[in-house]
Amino acid sequence: MLKQIEGSRAVAEAVALCRPEVISAYPISPQTHIVEALSEFVRTGELSPCEYINVESEFAAMSGCIGASAMGARTYTATASQGILFMAEAVFNASGLGLPIVMTVANRAIGAPINIWNDHSDSMALRDSGWLQLFAENNQEALDLHIQAFKLAEALSLPIMVCMDGFILTHAYERVDIPSQALVDAYLPPYVPRQVLDPDDPVSIGAMVGPEAFTEVRYLAHARQMQALELIPELALEFRQAFGRDSGGLISPYFSDESETVVVALGSVLGTIKDVVDELRTEGKSIGVLGIKTFRPFPLDAVREAIGHAKRVVVIERSFAIGQGGIVADSLRKALAGLHIPTHTVVAGLGGRPITTVSLDRLFRTALSGELGNLTFLDLDHAAVDRVLAHEREVRRSGPGANRMVQEIARANVRIV
Amino acid sequence: MTVQQISFYQTGTFTVGNRLLDEAQRTVQATVARANSLTSGHRACQGCGEALGARYAMDAAMHATQRQMVVVNATGCLEVFSTPYPETSWQVPWIHSLFGNAPAVATGVAAALRVKGRQDVRVVAQGGDGGTTDIGFGCLSGMFERNDDVLYICYDNEAYMNTGVQRSSATPPAARTATTPAMGDAPGNQFGQGKFLPEIAMAHRIPYVATASVADLRDLEAKVEEAIHLRGARYIHVMVPCPLGWGAASHDTIRLARLASECGLFPIFEARNGEVADVRKIRHRVPVEDFLKPQKRFAHLFDPEPDTRRIALIQAHADRNIQRYALLP
Repeated sequence: MLKQIEGSRAVAEAVALCRPEVISAYPISPQTHIVEALSEFVRTGELSPCEYINVESEFAAMSGCIGASAMGARTYTATASQGILFMAEAVFNASGLGLPIVMTVANRAIGAPINIWNDHSDSMALRDSGWLQLFAENNQEALDLHIQAFKLAEALSLPIMVCMDGFILTHAYERVDIPSQALVDAYLPPYVPRQVLDPDDPVSIGAMVGPEAFTEVRYLAHARQMQALELIPELALEFRQAFGRDSGGLISPYFSDESETVVVALGSVLGTIKDVVDELRTEGKSIGVLGIKTFRPFPLDAVREAIGHAKRVVVIERSFAIGQGGIVADSLRKALAGLHIPTHTVVAGLGGRPITTVSLDRLFRTALSGELGNLTFLDLDHAAVDRVLAHEREVRRSGPGANRMVQEIARANVRIV
Repeated sequence: MTVQQISFYQTGTFTVGNRLLDEAQRTVQATVARANSLTSGHRACQGCGEALGARYAMDAAMHATQRQMVVVNATGCLEVFSTPYPETSWQVPWIHSLFGNAPAVATGVAAALRVKGRQDVRVVAQGGDGGTTDIGFGCLSGMFERNDDVLYICYDNEAYMNTGVQRSSATPPAARTATTPAMGDAPGNQFGQGKFLPEIAMAHRIPYVATASVADLRDLEAKVEEAIHLRGARYIHVMVPCPLGWGAASHDTIRLARLASECGLFPIFEARNGEVADVRKIRHRVPVEDFLKPQKRFAHLFDPEPDTRRIALIQAHADRNIQRYALLP
């Protein structure tokens, strides 16, 4: 059924259609509307049987999911930003124990300085936690990915983060198609756990493992996650057959096979990028886009096959590896190893700074002319940071770094765009 | 020959010789059909109070639930010595996740059982004092506050023994640990710090809070049996001396646990809905020195000469407990 609906609400409805049995969640912006809606569904009986646990922290939220999932219940939670960092220890534990928990990450920046707006620093910080990571481009996809995520998680017995841009998607009202319960039930069978805590057949889960077996455990976790590279396209195809639309998959090409310059990105910014690329293509520029839908496991082969022919690759990064540069670009370089394709890192949209078509247009034209640098910060106020850096060189530093930096920028009376 | 009615003035535990008792009075351990939740051959130290306490508590719980239970364990000695992969000593469905999340994992298990309509299966969570009073405290308080249907058992040996005897918030004043060394003006742990979790648990007004000790295993069993049949959040705090951490002889575990209660430092009581309901009276009151002296962790209180001021402070603490809980007969 088509609905004009907020992204969070659409995701909550999708999750409810997947019939989770336990939801354990702690509120944090911009994820709150999702868990509020689910709490309402449980209270009204719309989602039943389901236990909704109001926990005291994100650490407890994930821990509750671990207990419920180990007990054989289909389990869901949602978080963002500081929340996912606070639950980090349990996030690793959930994947280590092979528990197919589905978690929405309403992507948000990480402080300090505190910032509630969107970027991908949160889920990227836990990219190596053993969870699969799927990134939604729009709300329809966010909804669809959740349905696929439960099936995928339970097939692999591994947890999955469905990442959607905070506010940009979670709080946006868009027209989305919400499938019927019958359709979802036909696609997603009831959860059959790999192993449960059964009093009639006791097992010990979470034993201590020493050096003699730990590497093997990790190897198997990797092998299991890599199976997703085959399973995800299969599930996406199955989804198209059942629901009548393309959603998910490993990558989404957009004129990338015929273009010399390929822009690579994740999440909602793909829409803006495609608009700019459309304009440039009408001018005859050879530019296309490759969306990464599945970031973990990273589809190295699929990416190499899709853009191995390119003359240059521009990666729009919504997170930043301090002291290193681009996180997605690193994976791209690995995928394109030996092909000598210049790969440019562009850090954009940190902490919710808008990524405008004007800026992207200017950026892509610079790239097309072969003048784009290795690492670019889109719309960085160079005057402000140069002034702060110059001041820092002169003055002995003290006090909390981030606060001081913000004060310095304010003192320099420079407008932050 | 008639069965001799034994006059059992107990100074030890009911376990020894209790097969001579009336059947109703016998412990779970005395029965041939005991549950054996934690099998022998695990790697606990000789004289480990926690291994003993856990074995009795879990056997009693298994007995009371007719084996329909799930156990959630925090990280710590108990987890490490019982489950070195690929071996396990547990004969119950058992999960260990992290150091600080056993109460929350148990909450999740209880929720899953509820949603699946398995009201017959009961959830027991357990951890040491570090996992309970420190790192797991937030999760435990959350579990209490929601009144989740979990029995949580804390085995208190008064420090982080698994990592090499460092101070926890359950470490008593003046005790020497690796992080509260016996040096300086006030050697050992600071006075005025620490928390007595049973009272904090009571402040949550949960249905059942109790303290118990490996010095009275029949009492521990009875409390576990009592708690397991209640619904909602329940908490039992068990005194389990650690020969290694306390610097005591392995054969003194039970004696020290008994002295801890007999001097008043570790009151044994039951509380219902936040109010003390029953107290185990002290039989032979002893001065705190009797408890402190056999332990190397308090050696600096007596050597080179008795630190009378600080011993008096500890005695005053014991006296306060005796008064507050009316521990004298």
